[in-house]
Amino acid sequence: MKKNNLKAWLYLLPAMLFLGVFMVYPLVDVCIYSLEENFHFVSQKYTGVGLGNFRHVLTDPFFVMALKNTLILVAITVPVSTGLSLLIALGLSSVKKVKKLFQTVYFLPYVTNTLAVGLVFWLLFKNTEHTNGLISSLLSMFGMEPINFIEGQYWQKMMVTCLYTVWIVMPFKILILTSALASVNPEYYKAARVDGASSGRIFRKITLPMISPTVFYLIITGFIGAFKAYSDEVALFGTNLNAAEMNTIVGYVYDMLYSDSGGYPGYAAAAALLLFGIVFTITFVNLKFSRNKVQYM
Amino acid sequence: MSERKGSALSKTLICICLVIWALIVLFPFYWMVLTSFKDTARYMDEMVPTFFTAEPTLANYGKAFTEVPLGKYFLNTVIFTVATTGLMMLVIVPAAFAFARLEFRGKNLVFALFLSLMMIPTELVIITNFVTIVEWNMRNTFLGLILPSVTSVFYIYLLKENFEAIPDDLYNAARVDGTSDLKYLLKVMVPISQPTIVTIIILKVIECWNSYVWPRLITDDPNYFLVSNGIQSIRESGYGREDIPAMMAAVVVVSVPLIILFLAFRDKIMAGVSRGGTKG
Amino acid sequence: MKVVLENLTKQFPARSKKDRDVIAVNHFNFEIPDGQLIGLLGPSGCGKSTTLNLISGLETPTSGKIYFGDEDVTALPPEARGVGLVFQNYALYPHLTVEENIIFPLQNLKGAKKMTKEEMHRKAVETAKLVQIDALMERKPKELSGGQQQRVAIARALVKIPRVLLLDEPLSNLDARLRLQTREELRRIQRDTGVTTIFVTHDQEEAMSISDLIIVMKDGVVHQIGKPQDVYDEPANLFVAQFLGTPQINVFEGEIRNGRVRIGDEDVLDAPGKADRSVWVGIRPEGFIPDPDGPFTCRMDRVEVMGRDVSVVSTHVKMTGKCVRSIVSAENRFEPGQELVRFRLKPYKVFLFDRESEERV
Repeated sequence: MKKNNLKAWLYLLPAMLFLGVFMVYPLVDVCIYSLEENFHFVSQKYTGVGLGNFRHVLTDPFFVMALKNTLILVAITVPVSTGLSLLIALGLSSVKKVKKLFQTVYFLPYVTNTLAVGLVFWLLFKNTEHTNGLISSLLSMFGMEPINFIEGQYWQKMMVTCLYTVWIVMPFKILILTSALASVNPEYYKAARVDGASSGRIFRKITLPMISPTVFYLIITGFIGAFKAYSDEVALFGTNLNAAEMNTIVGYVYDMLYSDSGGYPGYAAAAALLLFGIVFTITFVNLKFSRNKVQYM
Repeated sequence: MSERKGSALSKTLICICLVIWALIVLFPFYWMVLTSFKDTARYMDEMVPTFFTAEPTLANYGKAFTEVPLGKYFLNTVIFTVATTGLMMLVIVPAAFAFARLEFRGKNLVFALFLSLMMIPTELVIITNFVTIVEWNMRNTFLGLILPSVTSVFYIYLLKENFEAIPDDLYNAARVDGTSDLKYLLKVMVPISQPTIVTIIILKVIECWNSYVWPRLITDDPNYFLVSNGIQSIRESGYGREDIPAMMAAVVVVSVPLIILFLAFRDKIMAGVSRGGTKG
Repeated sequence: MKVVLENLTKQFPARSKKDRDVIAVNHFNFEIPDGQLIGLLGPSGCGKSTTLNLISGLETPTSGKIYFGDEDVTALPPEARGVGLVFQNYALYPHLTVEENIIFPLQNLKGAKKMTKEEMHRKAVETAKLVQIDALMERKPKELSGGQQQRVAIARALVKIPRVLLLDEPLSNLDARLRLQTREELRRIQRDTGVTTIFVTHDQEEAMSISDLIIVMKDGVVHQIGKPQDVYDEPANLFVAQFLGTPQINVFEGEIRNGRVRIGDEDVLDAPGKADRSVWVGIRPEGFIPDPDGPFTCRMDRVEVMGRDVSVVSTHVKMTGKCVRSIVSAENRFEPGQELVRFRLKPYKVFLFDRESEERV
């Protein structure tokens, strides 16, 4: 036993080292940063301890914009992508022959480089001096003015962002929902049919309750994922998201951390903790709210 | 199946919907491949983009590699991916083994602490990590890129579950034969858990290939750019910002390896992702 | 190699505060002679597997000592003891071929014992021949039948020429026909190699049929040790008597009065020189002789014909089981509708046990 003790710690040592340096210490450190007011990276000095960083962040118009963008993004993409995925997964579960082909195709966006495909979306929605973007050209076929989504009005940019986000997050949701649907015991369906239940009723009374834990899981992870949106926006609008009015909270954190003036880790830490707080609260409320509603198998 | 008349109709409708979504998914891929084959001069003349090109050209691919160090980005990403994944295996396999197989004081407590770390978002720790790497003078080095992402609590967990499924008798048999723990781990556990290990490797490779945020923070020297950063810099300044076909050629080149990997290991990847992978 | 167990005790700590510590093996004392096949027999959970693990070194005893020959191995780790162990589920490495499985223990040898590749191969083939699996060397375990897998497991245990071979329920995963065949095989391999072999089983028939000696255990305590026939003929207590033999021994409430054994109000047998007391009377199924004038009367239930023998199923008010089962020669005739059946008893098939201590009287 005692000999084993030492050996076990030895096996754990690399993992503990890396986790300690890059997970645990940073976690403590970020809290310290967030409280050190006016910390400067280069001089390594700070003027006081308090909530000044949080105050600064919350009153920073760029943060407010990022917060707004993120909230809109979350509010639109989470329900849309979850609902759409559910529909597609249901459709998938009713076809037999080409199911595998469809699944393969639907999963493709998961394995693509967000930045690379983002560039394609950018191309599809952008007008240049020489050409109109494809989407804008299609719109003009219906007699509409060509729209430059990428450099257009706020809602146009937001629309493209939402579209791309949904496109990117769908594969995961479809995959999870498809396997959840496949794992429902077919005997329930047979029994319900024998009892003469309509397909709508079967869906509402059997399928939905059975997969509700999965749907709920997807909504929570969806919220968490959407709150951390950043790369998709960079892919569409470039790294200067503030100029494009499309910044997100995570984007704000990175901007604060890595700006030309040497960085404000205090602001970044405060913003990151605020984000974590929001996500945590929403997850918590979700869990509380759903406890009675979700049926577990 | 019970309502024959309605079912044929609804089946067709479902199929149409599925095909439409498939087209939505595939179209961007089609568009990027198509554009990459279009002749640049001709493309500039297309006020309305065409859906086909009569004269496909490979010239863009040449430009993609010569006008921007795409090959360099590519190589960097390969080095980064291989090194990160390899190092990660060295870290997580022994850890999973310790949790699954060895008895030691405080095991449950340490494991619970490990699991609780799964909830910590990268965004929270990235700030200090950035500071740490900068202080270690590791900006624009591979080490700086690699080190923060060589552990994954989730993969330790996944592997531990797998290791635990291997019957105790196998371990006892090996012990009676005088097999050391390390030899047992390498010669018995790892080969038996090969499917899970392959899944973990593939998921990590995908993650590495697509990583953007950390590399962007830690590198500003194009010599250390990964493909994601490469694509981003191409978008902002490469190919004169206007040579869209060349850009798309670069996008194709960056996307193809993972798509091939996916098609080759489709079932493994999808099973692995549904066991707990999320995007990013 | 003789194996000596001296006061061997293994205590497992309680799972929770409410439970008490579990004593899996309680003061086990025994000397296993060299080159014999020993059956360690008992109902599940009786501590026989723990005993095996103590001998193999997978577990360390709470107290007591283990000797291989004259060497005290109590403190030695399993690999230093030179034991071969065959597991109930064989524990073959699924990703290795038969040959690689057999060679695996040899690859761990160090120092002077270290072997070259050729030596290992030769050794593996030799052992495989002994258990007759040399034609299957390139297969993977999952391509083998249960019986073949077991032979591989035995070969792997034998290849490094162990001082003691230990088998944990070696036959329990085989189907009935194969089990018979394999136990003969086990006997043959043990004779051929002459390795002291201890095998654990809960199947008394299995243990009786091939062992030189059997050890009957219950609740961590050894109840009897001896040659199979001796243990069967002279059970030390009620448990041993009930555990050995199929069909099971019939047990009745009875008493000794004035040197006679009484069951109910019938004097069934002489018991000269025994003091009066309440007893359990155990009668082996083959201990009954139908006799219209016999002293022991049962209520007839049915007769099951088994060919050479018939099994008479009857009931008795003082019986402890569901029925009284006797095996008698088929020459006896029974009338349909016969209500009572009378028996004479073979004295050497009747055992008396104290009602309280359940020890043999």
